[in-house]
This record gives sequence, C-alpha cells and structure tokens, in this order.
Amino acid sequence: MSETEPLAAGGPGDERIKEQGGFRKWLIRPELGGIVGVIAVFAFFGILAGDSGMFNAQGIMNWSQISAQFMIIAVGACMLMVAGEFDLSVGSMIGFAGISIAMFGVVWGLPMWLAIIITFAICLTIGAINGIIVVRTGLPSFIVTLAFLFILRGFTIFVPQTVESRTIIGGIEDAAEGDWLAAIFNTDLAGWFFVWLADIGLVDTFTRGTREGEPVISGLPMLIVWAIVLVIVGHIVLTRTKFGNWIFAAGGDAQAARYVGVPVDRVKISMFMTTAFCATVFACVQVFEFGSAAADRGILKEFEAIIAVVIGGALLTGGYGSVMGAALGALIFGVVQQGLFFADVESSLFRVFLGIILLFAVVLNTYIRRIITGER
Amino acid sequence: MNAFFKTMAVTAVSAVALMGATAVHAEGERYVLVSHAPDSDSWWNTIRNALALAGEQMDVEVEYRNPPTGDIADMARLIEQAAASGPDGIITTLADPTVLSDSIQAAVDAGIDVIIMNSGTPEQAREVGALMYVGQPEYDAGFAAGQRASGDGVTNFLCVNHVISNPVVAERCQGFADGLGVELGESMIDAGQDPQEIQNRVMAYLNANPETDGILALGPTSADPTILALEELGLAGDIYFGTFDLGENIVNGIRDGVIEWGIDQQPFLQAYLPVVVMTNYHRYGVLPGNNINSGPGFITADGLELVEALAGEYR
Repeated sequence: MSETEPLAAGGPGDERIKEQGGFRKWLIRPELGGIVGVIAVFAFFGILAGDSGMFNAQGIMNWSQISAQFMIIAVGACMLMVAGEFDLSVGSMIGFAGISIAMFGVVWGLPMWLAIIITFAICLTIGAINGIIVVRTGLPSFIVTLAFLFILRGFTIFVPQTVESRTIIGGIEDAAEGDWLAAIFNTDLAGWFFVWLADIGLVDTFTRGTREGEPVISGLPMLIVWAIVLVIVGHIVLTRTKFGNWIFAAGGDAQAARYVGVPVDRVKISMFMTTAFCATVFACVQVFEFGSAAADRGILKEFEAIIAVVIGGALLTGGYGSVMGAALGALIFGVVQQGLFFADVESSLFRVFLGIILLFAVVLNTYIRRIITGER
Repeated sequence: MNAFFKTMAVTAVSAVALMGATAVHAEGERYVLVSHAPDSDSWWNTIRNALALAGEQMDVEVEYRNPPTGDIADMARLIEQAAASGPDGIITTLADPTVLSDSIQAAVDAGIDVIIMNSGTPEQAREVGALMYVGQPEYDAGFAAGQRASGDGVTNFLCVNHVISNPVVAERCQGFADGLGVELGESMIDAGQDPQEIQNRVMAYLNANPETDGILALGPTSADPTILALEELGLAGDIYFGTFDLGENIVNGIRDGVIEWGIDQQPFLQAYLPVVVMTNYHRYGVLPGNNINSGPGFITADGLELVEALAGEYR
C-alpha cells in the first residue's frame, strides 16, 4: 500500500460515486416543483372551495378522472420530451383512434377486440412513421407532428363522413357488450368498497330513480387504473432500466449518446410509438365509457399534455424530466381546471387564471432548479 | 429576480380578486347551465345574457359552463362536476344522448332537478328523468309555419334542405307539409351546402315546377342562396317565402319584402324559462304540466326594429 498508488475506480476518491447529502439529492429531483405545486393547489382550493362539493366523493372522483385523462397522455409526452422530441399529433390521434374503433367495430362489424387491436396497430404504425420521418430527415418534430395533427384530423372527419355521412358514431356500447378486451378499458372496479363507504356514510347515495340507495360512485374507473399503471411503468422504465438511460442520453446530447453506442434513432422512434400508444389508450377509455366516437374529440389535448409535462418539471429541450413529475403536473392541471368551477370563478376568466398558474409554475420550477443545480 | 416574483404574485392575487368580484352571487338557489357550444359559437351569447337576466330577476345564483372546444365527452364531465357541487338544478342540452344521458341520469338520481333545453326531444328528456324540455320541437315548428302559410293561400311548396343528413331538421319540412295539408312527396330537395349549387337547384326546381307558390328554407345556409335565386328569376316578393333562423341577409330579406317571415327558436326563452320554472318549483312547488315550446317565434316586417336592435343580445 504505497501512498503514490493511483486510486482504484470506485475508490473513495472517485467523484462519480461521491455521496450526496440526502436533502440535496431530494431537492434536485425534477418532481420537486410538482410536489410543491400539488401542496399549494390543494391548500388553495381547500380554503377557497372546501365546502363546495369539490372534496365530497363525487367531486374527488370528478377531478381525479380529469387528472387521470391528462396523466395518460402526459406519460407518453413526458418520455418523448425527455428523449428530446415533441408530439403535436396526440389530440388528433385521440379522435382518430376513437373513430377507427367505431368504424371497425360498429360500421364494419368486426368483433370489438379485433377492432381495438387493429386500431392499436394502426396508431403505433403512425407513431413510428412520425419518428422515422423525424430521425431520417432531421426536421424538428414540431413541424413533422404538426403535419400529422392535420393529416389525422382530416382522415378522422373524411372517413366516417364518406362511409356513413356522419361524424359521430354511436352504438359502441352494444357492440362492446361482453367483449373481454373492451372490458379492460371500461369497468368499475371494487364496487363493494364504495358500497361499504356509503354504508359508513363517507359516500352519498342516490336518492331516487332505479339506482336509489346505491352509492353515487359505482367503483374505481379503469381510466384511473390505466393512469396509475402507465405512470408506474413509465417511471420504472425511465429511472430503473438501461433503456431509460438511453432515453435521457438521446434527449440530452444525441451525438454524444451515439458515440457511446446508444441507438438514438431507435430510442426516439420507440418514444413516438409510446405517445401514440398512450393517445390510443385514452381514446379507448373514452369511447367505451361514453359509447360513441366523434371526429372532433381530443382537440387541443396535445397542448394540455405538454403543459402537464412542463409543470411537472421536464425541460423543453430534452434530457431532463420525470414521469412522476408529469403525473403531478397532470394532477395540478386537473385540480385547477375543475377546482375553479367549484370556487365559483366566472368560466371565461378561468383560462386567464390557468395561464397565470402555469406561467408561475414553470418559472418557479426553472428558478428552483437553477439555484439547486447551480446551472446558469 | 425577486422583483419579478413579486410582480407575478401580485398579478396572481389580483386576478383571483378580480374573479371573485365577477362571480354572480345572490341569496338562495343555485342553478348551473351546461351547454355543448364551443367558445367560438356566438349564438350562445343570447343564452348567457338571458341566463344572467333570469338570475338577477329571480334573485338566484346562476352559472354558465361549456366545453371550450365543443367536445361532448368534456361536456359529460362538466355535468358530473356540476352535480358534485350540489346545485339546486342543472339546465343542459342533450346534444348527444349516448354520451350525456348517463351523467344527466346520475345527477337526477342524486336529487338534482334537471331541465333539458335547446337540443334533444321531449321524449329523450323524459327518458333521462328531466323535469321538462324547453326548446323548439322541429315538427311542431314546421307544422305551425305550414298552417300560417296555408292561411296566406299557399298550396304548393318547395322545401330547401341543406342538411339532408340530419333527420331531425327534415321534420321541419314534414311538419310544414302537414300544416299545409299537402303531401311532402318530391317537394323537399337535397340542396347541398354549396351556395352556388343551392341557388341553381332552387332555380331548376322552380323552372320545372312553375305551379310552386311557397318556399321554406331551413336556415341561413339555404335561405341566402334562395334569395339570390328568386332575384335572378324575377320572383322576389312574388313567391311566398319563409325560413328558419335569422341572419343578416334574412333580416334584410324580411325588410325588403322578399321573405315573409323568419322562424326564431328564441334562445332567450330556452335559458330564461328553466331558471324561472325551477325557482318557482323550489320555492312554491308549482310546475307547468308540460314541456315548453320556446319556438316557433315568427319574425315579420312588423317586429323587425326590435329584432335588429337586440340582435345577438337577447334575440
């Protein structure tokens, strides 16, 4: 053991494995802004709308469902954004996938499970095409997916209009009756639990009609289950796998990533497919819950997804962000959007307020991160 | 940077204060109107004004909600949201019963009174458990128009239909024929949406059927080109011409004597009456025994001044 012997890799002097203080480690997490935001938003509405029905069972279910919707598309948008790209075709994809299920399953009479599988196949292919065009041409994904925003919306209106001369297709409920695959997009789980909650007086019951005496919430909707599952899977992939590291590398510095052997193109294409997958899940849940598909579904949802992701602390330039943060962003977005109603805010002004909150959240996020990381 | 945050905080706080000030507060009952209209649809401005006026006059709290992009699935969530806030009543449209009826039904079952306005039919309103339907039943409106035209001596008519895909709108033509006491038969033409095509089809029909002495148009889309067709044929003012809905050209046509009347479904009443009906129901337990027809309201050259003055506000 001579004093001049160089330090072995992984030895106590190796800065790569230097221990960081627990507090500081927690502070530089991208979710920090989201956590602070969630606390702030709940405190805000707790004071302003505490007794308005926002926090009774129906109210909670209402903003949870809205937040879950945002979460489903935010997971895909977040991972894609970490990989350094955008997808503006998400909203159009939701309308497109819905109409596709209705066309195959109702108009052309295929079994619903087959219609769903075909729709997923088509949408994933379109996601892949989005990605391939972006990586092959080197064009900004902003422009490529903007083109698909219009292409998909156009087809979504054209196809049912030409075949059926209408743009809203109903009858999906009947066609999906007893279908095993449709059931995983629209079932209320654990109904007994809500019956029990109603028994102990935590959930209201219907006071009239055919469902008199039943709790106002019939179970945990699959919408929320899907959101939670996607968030968990997305989080694990991004933080606990080699592929997750590749996503960060591809978004951080694509060229450097290529030098160390990361298949950047493949990573980006698969992330475009992930956003398409999430949009299709959203469409399935919506179509089977409401029993119809319409060509104008999902308008502006692409921006809502990006907003949730950005509130959640992801960087617009890629390479930094977290699925958990995006989920918190979606929660904030959903709670604010619904909460302003309960707080009795004039509806035309609510977007002003939403805009201010968004701006505030994003600036705060960036500011906190700069202080913590010392980045300029 | 600190100054910047202070500015942001002040802006946010004052925005909240501003909003608190604009929310309508009154003693007593609270009613929420949920429409299917996107922000861009200015027709609903009349509804909002009428709702606010009714709230003021009855001294109740009223709120207007709509899905910003006109997404009906979003509208279903708005109804659920409104129900969760526990209002005394919800006024809503049945723009798409498949999507909306579950949410409305749940609100009714939770003990909230619901009135259906504007879209849907009295039957659909009854099915979801609403108190009543306030709107313009299309067949009845057409029937009333047909009776009126019959009284004015019309015997043979043309119905210019620009929305052939919508069976509800076509009932206007059927009602008109029945009101006149004639067969609809070949009188209804599929005019399409293109103004040039509509104009030419109307001209072709009138040339082929010279005995036609009355025309019914189903809205500004078909009425405006029909006016041009009549001018081209030199029949403007000679032929009995009535239309649904109002628009600038239609109002001018009524003033110039080209159009006999325009049928107004009176959106004012669709928002105003539900508030009045529900308030009285909740205060005194009185309820009209039937659905309420907000239309047809006939607009002729006589009442035109008021219509023009209040257009877009209360008319």
